[in-house]
Amino acid sequence: MRYLCLIYDEEKVMATMPKPEADAFMREYFTFTEGVKASGHYVAGEALHPVSTATTLRIRHGKTSTTDGPFAETKEQLGGFYLIEAADLNAALQIAAKIPSARTGSVEVRPVVDFSRMP
Amino acid sequence: MSAADQTAREAVDTVYRADSRRVLATLIRLLGDFDRAEEALHEAFAAALQQWPVDGVPANPRAWLVSTGRFRAIDQLRRRARHDRSLGDLAEALERQAAASRDDDILDETSPVDDDRLRLIFTCCHPALPPDARLALTLREVCGLTTEEIARAFLATPSTIAQRIVRAKAKIRDARIPYQVPGPDDLPARLDAVLHVVYLLFNEGYAATAGPSLTRADLSAEAIRLARLLADLQPGAEVDGLLALMLLHEARRASRTTADGDLVLLEDQDRASWDRAAIAEGQALVERALRSRRFGAYTLQAAIAAVHAEAPTSAATDWPQIVGLYDVLLRHDPSPVFALNRAVAVAMWHGAAEGLALVEQILARGDLADYHFAHAAHADLCRRVGRLADARASYARALALATQEPERRFLARRLASLE
Repeated sequence: MRYLCLIYDEEKVMATMPKPEADAFMREYFTFTEGVKASGHYVAGEALHPVSTATTLRIRHGKTSTTDGPFAETKEQLGGFYLIEAADLNAALQIAAKIPSARTGSVEVRPVVDFSRMP
Repeated sequence: MSAADQTAREAVDTVYRADSRRVLATLIRLLGDFDRAEEALHEAFAAALQQWPVDGVPANPRAWLVSTGRFRAIDQLRRRARHDRSLGDLAEALERQAAASRDDDILDETSPVDDDRLRLIFTCCHPALPPDARLALTLREVCGLTTEEIARAFLATPSTIAQRIVRAKAKIRDARIPYQVPGPDDLPARLDAVLHVVYLLFNEGYAATAGPSLTRADLSAEAIRLARLLADLQPGAEVDGLLALMLLHEARRASRTTADGDLVLLEDQDRASWDRAAIAEGQALVERALRSRRFGAYTLQAAIAAVHAEAPTSAATDWPQIVGLYDVLLRHDPSPVFALNRAVAVAMWHGAAEGLALVEQILARGDLADYHFAHAAHADLCRRVGRLADARASYARALALATQEPERRFLARRLASLE
C-alpha cells in the first residue's frame, strides 16, 4: 500500500539555520533518500521551493482567482514529500520517523487511495 | 425444553461470558475486519444455540465457534459477491487460508505473545486513533460493553459513541493499521498508550467526572480485569504498577462515601472496612515492580498508595516516605498534579504553612488554574493557618469548578463552616 509523507517545517527556522547545520541537515536527507531507495520502499520524492513561490488557484462560479502564496497561512509550511510503498501503517511510520524533518517539524503520513481495488 | 437442551444452552451462555471476546479477537485476525468478525461472532453463537443441543457441546468450544464463524463469514461474502466482485476475491483468499490451517493453529495457543486478545488491545489503543476513540473502541471490542453502556459511562450520547467507533474502524481499515502486537522497539510507547486507556477507565469508575454518584464500581472492575489480562499476556513492571495502584485504590471503595453518598476524606475513612486482601495483593505487586528497576510513574503512585494503606491510622502515616516517593515520581513525570499532591504531603509532615507556600508557588505557575482540587487544597491550608478570607475565596473558586455532586456538597459545607 502507498503512503504519502508530507514534510512540514517552519521556513523561518530553516532559512536562518547556520550553514554548517544546514549542510548537515541536507546530508541527513541524502542518507535517508538513499536508504529508502535501497530498501525498495521509495516510489517518489521531491523538495519544494518555499511557499513564497506558491500560487493558489480557485475557480468559483466560472470566475478564476489566482492568489500569491499557499492555500492557507500555517505555522509550519509544506517543504517536500516522499511517496513510499509499505505493508501497513506501522511500517510506513517507521520509515517516516527517519525523515530528518520529523525531528524539526512535522511529517504527515496519509494513505493513498488505490482505485484499482475499488468495486 | 429437555434437560439436554438446558445443559447445552447453559454451556453456550458460559462460553459466551467467558470467551466471546477471545473468539472475536481471533475472528478479527482471520477475517481481517472488525465488523465482519462481529457478524461472524453472532452467527457462530446462533449456530451453537441450534446445534449444541442436538450434537452435544463440542470438546473445544472456542475452536468450534471460531471455525463456524469463519466459514459463515466466507459464505456471507460469497453471497454478497454477486453484487460486488471484490468480495468474491476476498472470499476465495479467506477460503484458501482456512484450508491451509488446522484448528490448533487458528487458536494460536502456542505462546502468550501470540494471544489474539493482545493484538486486539494494542490495535484499539493505536496512537493513530484519536484518544476518545481508543477508549470507546477498547470498551466495545475488548470489554464487550454495548454502545449504550459506554455512552452512560462517559455522559455522551450513544450516537456520539457509535460515530467515534465507526470512524475508528474506518481509520483502521483505510490507513491499514495492522492487527499486531508491536515489535520490541515500539512496545514501550505502545504499552504506555494501552495502560493510559486502562487508567482513564479506572479513574472514571473511581471518581466519575460528573453526575450524582461518586464512583461507578463496574468501570473500575472492568479496568482491573483488563490490567490482569495484560499482566498475564504482557507482563512488566508498569503493568504490575498500574494493577497495584488500582487494587490499592479499590480496596478503600467502601469507606470513601457515606450511606448518603457523601465524600469521606482519607483521614476520616474507616480503615477497618478496607479490603486487606486487595491491599496485600497490591503491596506484593508494588514490591515486585520496584525490584525489577524498570518501574515508572504508575508503580511509584502505587507505592505511595501502599504507604497510605499500611498506616493503621491516619496519624501513623509515614509522610516522610510519601514525600520521598513523590520526589522520585516527579523525576519520572514532573506533572503539576503530582507536585500538588506532594505539597499536601509536605503540609502533613512539616505543617500547613510550609505546604501552603508550595501550593501557592504551583498555583502561581498557572497550570492548575482550572483544577478544582488545587483550589480546595489551597483553601484547606489557608484555613489551617488562619487565613480565613483567602480560604473562603479558594473554596468558592473550587466550588465553581467542581462538577461532581458529592464533591460540590463537601466544598459547599466547608465554605459554609467559614461564614
